[in-house]
Amino acid sequence: MRLVRYTLARIVFYVTASLFASFFTLPLLWLAFAPFNEKAALSVTVPDSPSLANFGQVFKNTFAVRALFQNSAIQALGAMLIVTLFATLAAYALSRANIRGKDLISYGLVLFSSVVTGTAAMVPIFLLIFRLGLINTHLGVILVFSGGLLPAAIFIMRDFVDSIPRSYEESALVAGASPWRIFMDIAVPIVRPGMMVVAVWAFVNVWGGFLIPFILLRSPEKMPAAVAIYSFYTEAGTPIITLTAAYSLLYTIPVLILYLFVNWRYGFRFFGGIKS
Amino acid sequence: MQQRRSLLSIPASLLFLLPAGVFVFIFIILPFFWIAAVSFTNRTLTGRTAVDPEYVGLANYLRLFDPDRFLRSGEFGASLVITGQFVFFSAIVGQVLLGLLLAWFFFNRKGWVRETVQTLAILAWIMPDVVVAFAWFAFLDRDAGTLNQILSTLGIGKPDWLINLPLVSVIIFNTWRGTAFSMLLFTSAFGSIPPSHLETAAVAGANTWQRLRDIILPLIRTHIITDLILITLWTFNTFTPFLLTGGGPAFQTELVSIFTYRTAFKFFRFGQGSAVGMIMMLINLVFAIFYLFLLRRQQVKL
Repeated sequence: MRLVRYTLARIVFYVTASLFASFFTLPLLWLAFAPFNEKAALSVTVPDSPSLANFGQVFKNTFAVRALFQNSAIQALGAMLIVTLFATLAAYALSRANIRGKDLISYGLVLFSSVVTGTAAMVPIFLLIFRLGLINTHLGVILVFSGGLLPAAIFIMRDFVDSIPRSYEESALVAGASPWRIFMDIAVPIVRPGMMVVAVWAFVNVWGGFLIPFILLRSPEKMPAAVAIYSFYTEAGTPIITLTAAYSLLYTIPVLILYLFVNWRYGFRFFGGIKS
Repeated sequence: MQQRRSLLSIPASLLFLLPAGVFVFIFIILPFFWIAAVSFTNRTLTGRTAVDPEYVGLANYLRLFDPDRFLRSGEFGASLVITGQFVFFSAIVGQVLLGLLLAWFFFNRKGWVRETVQTLAILAWIMPDVVVAFAWFAFLDRDAGTLNQILSTLGIGKPDWLINLPLVSVIIFNTWRGTAFSMLLFTSAFGSIPPSHLETAAVAGANTWQRLRDIILPLIRTHIITDLILITLWTFNTFTPFLLTGGGPAFQTELVSIFTYRTAFKFFRFGQGSAVGMIMMLINLVFAIFYLFLLRRQQVKL
């Protein structure tokens, strides 16, 4: 009787788990096969003879290649640097100084940045970037992304800084080191894992973001991959499925690599900070 | 907690905060007040009203809420109704409930099954917007799409998802896209429950459902509130369904975010677009304040 119940429970477990797995996998199957199929259409078919021909075609499109390896890279790396550096500085100050209401500041910021977000915020931000003369520049895109990501980055980073012991910094302070020296020589090396996580998170956000470059950029030479992917169209206006599929995969690879890296190095999960 | 010695003087800490502060001021605080100001004008991108917009009072708002057209297809009211359904089904029923279910299902289990399912959910969450939109476009295709291939094999038929069931399609899409966040948050929440609580309940003879309802859910109340409000806010503001349906067909999936985009950036009527944006932000603000209120009440109780 117990064996029957146990077996039954196992079966239910595996069936349910496969249902969950299918729900998340089925929509992506096409992306796994179509890039390697010279005759790919919208159906999921295992190619008779897998080939890299689609990728070859993609690399002939200089506009799309530049979008991916130059424009997306510049914008994502630029915003990543700004967000990581400034968030670390701010999080360090919020963790180590006795500022009144600092919890309210970091929490309120995250909440308020969720209020001023999306297309609603794009209206004034477009006008702002227009006024600054930064429409159609990489810098404009980088700045807007950085501004939007910073509050959450500070929040994540503060969690890391709060969790490291203060004793090293205390001895350095007694020894008369300047705040900047303490920050650079003692704090930064210890919070480096946190900085890595924030950097990856910021990079992936900008790399995959569509709305901001779509609205702020005008000329094709500046477009990141998110917008340039719409260039694989025939003259009749129908998408060239083979190339779009291959390009989609190329565009996704950095995200996959970064995910695997973070997962392997730190474990992809939430830490304490999210809970309150 | 006792007040600990400051490791950073106030002037130094202000210097450390300055760069991030400038960004936050320019790109988050300033836009909030700017949009309010622009929403009372007839500002456009080009032409005379671009350089010298006129103050039009509440005209932009009155136009949005004009009762004759409010609920007509492609108007603001209709868009709000669509967004309400979208948020309820894809955020609250979809992401939060499915995320909770996944976390609960794998609670106290280890091994490759859990790892695989979690990784797949995370993949759906972290891939670029346009890529998932293309994948879903192929997935939902009427004749060749994977979904209809499966459904027709099962003898259910071949609905044309994006044409006949567009709102259902974007709801399923958005559930698929975002469930990982709730799953991860609840997984971390479940991990924080002291095992002794559950052991006591097991000894007392509580079944799985009773344990979930009476022990687990009350203990992770604050996590649930946090998750609900964040997911609601994000879903309310998401623009990604635009990549799948463009808001159509016939405005049937025109969420307020897409309505804002169409008003402000397709026709560059910034005054009108700002009024829509302002209302969106005010709705966001109500969500945020409601959240703080709930959280405060929770903390007082604890």
